[in-house]
Amino acid sequence: MATDTGLSANIVRDPVTEQAELSINMGPQHPATHGVFRMVLTLDGERVVDVYPHIGYLHRGSERLAEGENFQQITTLFDRLDYVANFNNEWVYVRAVEKAMGVEVPERADYIRLILSELNRIASHLLFYGTYGLDTGAMNPVMIGFRDRERIQQIFEGVTGARMMHNYFRIGGVKEDLPDGFVPAVRALLDQLKVGYEEARGTLTESEIFIERTAGIGAIPPEDLLDYGVTGPLLRAGGIDYDIRKADPYSVYEELDFRVPTGQTGDCYDRYMVRMLEIEQSISIVAQALDRLPDGPVMGRVPRILRPPEGDVYVHGENPRGDLGVYLVSSGGTVQPYRLKIRGPSFCNLMALPAMIRGSYLADATVILGSMDIVLGEVDR
Amino acid sequence: MTSGDRPEDSAPSSPIEERVREIAADNAQSVEYSFDELELRVSRESIVDVCAALKSDPDLDFNYLRCLSVVDWQDELEAVYHLASLSHPHKLVVKTRAPIDDPWIPTTIGVWKGADWHEREGHDLFGLEFRGHPDLSPLILYEGFEGFPGRKSYEIPEQVTFYGD
Amino acid sequence: MNIEPAGGQGGTGQGPVISTPESRMALQNIAAHQKSGLSGVVTLKTEELFAMARKSSLWPLTFGLACCAIEMISAYMPKHDFDRYGVVTWPSPRQSDVMIVAGTVVKKMAEPIKLLYEQMPAPKWVIAMGSCATCGGPYVRSYSVVMGVDQIIPVDVYVPGCPPRPEALQHGILELQRKIQDEPKLKRGL
Repeated sequence: MATDTGLSANIVRDPVTEQAELSINMGPQHPATHGVFRMVLTLDGERVVDVYPHIGYLHRGSERLAEGENFQQITTLFDRLDYVANFNNEWVYVRAVEKAMGVEVPERADYIRLILSELNRIASHLLFYGTYGLDTGAMNPVMIGFRDRERIQQIFEGVTGARMMHNYFRIGGVKEDLPDGFVPAVRALLDQLKVGYEEARGTLTESEIFIERTAGIGAIPPEDLLDYGVTGPLLRAGGIDYDIRKADPYSVYEELDFRVPTGQTGDCYDRYMVRMLEIEQSISIVAQALDRLPDGPVMGRVPRILRPPEGDVYVHGENPRGDLGVYLVSSGGTVQPYRLKIRGPSFCNLMALPAMIRGSYLADATVILGSMDIVLGEVDR
Repeated sequence: MTSGDRPEDSAPSSPIEERVREIAADNAQSVEYSFDELELRVSRESIVDVCAALKSDPDLDFNYLRCLSVVDWQDELEAVYHLASLSHPHKLVVKTRAPIDDPWIPTTIGVWKGADWHEREGHDLFGLEFRGHPDLSPLILYEGFEGFPGRKSYEIPEQVTFYGD
Repeated sequence: MNIEPAGGQGGTGQGPVISTPESRMALQNIAAHQKSGLSGVVTLKTEELFAMARKSSLWPLTFGLACCAIEMISAYMPKHDFDRYGVVTWPSPRQSDVMIVAGTVVKKMAEPIKLLYEQMPAPKWVIAMGSCATCGGPYVRSYSVVMGVDQIIPVDVYVPGCPPRPEALQHGILELQRKIQDEPKLKRGL
C-alpha cells in the first residue's frame, strides 16, 4: 500500500542519544484517509509520538462562492458539503434563512424534512459501518452497508429525482409533495433496515476480532473532547449526552419519542456502538413521523425574491457527524448573503485527532481516524 | 434586530444578561439581543480576559465554543465567538473588531483548544492575525497563495483554461 | 462490424483461419470452434491481442476526491458490481492502469494528482468523473478550483453528471474499453 504520495518515510536520528524517530507521511491519497486528508506521523518504533494533520486538499471556497449567489441557489452548495448527509445539510441552511426572514414552515413540510433527514442519517451511519469494517479488516460490512444504503437512495430518488444532490428543501418548505406510495415504501424499507441491522450485529458488533481491534483505543477524557469542540457521536461516546435534537430542539423533534445513546469510555468501539444505536433510534423516529405525517401544503408563504433584514443569525442542527452550524450575515436589502460561515462538525472533530492518536500504535492510527467518520467536503468547505 | 425590537420580559435568557454585564463590566461596549441570542461586544484587548471569565464562571460556564467566524466589514474585521454551555441551557455571542490596516486579535486558544483551526482559517482567508497563536501556518490554503480570498476586496482571478472562451 | 470470410486477409487456406478487424468477433469464433470441437487458428495482430487483454482487466487507482467518490464506491458495491467488467480497485498507482478522478480538483491537490499520474506505468488512462473533474462544475467561479482535471493531466473519457450515477461510470468504463480496443487501429491511422 506504500506509495510515494501515500506513504513515505524518513528517519531522523538524534546525534547524541542515537534514538531514531521515523516520520511517516500518510495521504492525501491513501485508502484509509477517507478522502484527501493528510497527516504526518512521527514514530518511535511502533508508537506514534506526534501527529500533524494537513487539510485543505478539497477547499472549494464554498463560503466565498455563497456570497455571490442568491439565497435559493446556496442550497446546492450545502448538498455538496457533507456529501454523505445531504438532506441534513440543506435543512440547517434553509432553517437559517427562515429564521432570518421569519418564515413559517407548514407542518407537513417539517415532517417531510424530518423523515428524509433521519433516513439520511441512517444512510450515513451505514456508510460508516461499511467503511469502518474495511478499516478494521472486514470486507463483509461494506457490502451489507451499501446494499441497505442503496435501498434508502432509491427512496430518495423517488422523492427528489436525485440519488445524492437533492436540492429538495426550499426556503419555506420543500420543493413538492411526496410521491404516491411513499409511506408504504418507507415502512417496507424500515423493515428491511431492521433485518440489515441484525446482520450487522453478527458481522461487527459481536465480532471478537472487531472488539479486540477497537476497544480501549483512541479514548480521551470527556472534558478534552468538549474543549476541542468535538460533537456528535464522538462526544456522546465519551458519555456526554449532548444532542441538539434534545438540547436545543428544532422542528418537530420535541413531539417525538426517542433517546440519545451514549457510551462510557469514548473508545473506538463506543463510537461505533453509539452510531449503531442511533440507527435504531432513527428507525423509530421515522416510524413515528410516518404515523403523524399530517396533510396540508408543503410550501409556506415566501416572497419570490428573498431579502432578509439586516443582521446575523446562527443556526445549528444535529448532523450525523455532529453540530453543523451556519452563521449567516445579511446586510439588508440584498438578495445575496453578506457572509456565510459554515461550522462543519468534522472540521472541529479533527482538531482532537492528534490527542487521540498520540501514544497509540501505528496500526491503530487508521482505526482511530476511521472511527471519527470525517467527510472532507465539510472539513475543507 | 436590535434590543429595541424585543421586549425585555419575553427574552428567553434574561437571567444571564445581568451576569454577563457583571463579568464584562467596563470591557463591555454593548450588550443587546439579536433574535434569541444575547450579544456582547468587547474591545479586542479585553477579549481573552472576558472569554476566560465567561468560561470559568460557574453560573455561566461557557465551556463549548460553537463557532468562531471572521467577517469582513470593509474597514474592520470582526471576530464572532458563538458560545454555549452544556451544563446550562444558554448561549452567547461575543464580538470584537480590529481595523483592517492593523488586523490582529489576541488568540483564545488558551481558553478553548477548539479555537485553534478556526483561528488558522481566519488567518488564511482574512489575514486576521490571532496574536499569540503558536502555529499560524497555512491550514486550508497552501504556501504561496497570494491575497486573502475571504475579504471583500479580493477579486477572484480569471480562471485560465486551455480552451479560452 | 464487418466480418471477412475465412481465407481473407492473412488466410493461408490451411484450416479454418479467421481474420477480422474486430477482435471481439474473433473471440466469438474461438468460442464457436471450441463448442464444435474442431481445432482452429485465429490470426490477430499482437497489439490487438494485448489491447484485448488490457481492456478486460482494468485496475483503477483507489482515489476518491469528493462527492463522486461515494458514487464510485457504490459502483463497486453489490447492486452495480464493477467486478463484472474486470474492474478491481487497487490502492497503489504502481500497479494500476486507470485513474478515475472522482471529484473536485483543487489547486492544492493538483500537484499530488500529477505525481500520482506520473507514478502509474504506461499504458495508462484517465477517466474524469463528474462535472468538477470535467470542467469545474458548480465551483467554476471559485478561486481555488482547477477548471477540470484535463488542465493538469490528459483525460481519455469524460463522465458528466453531478455526481454521475454508478451506471454512468460503468458506461464510462465501457467507452474506455472500446477506446483501448480501437487504439491499435488509431495508431495505424485507420
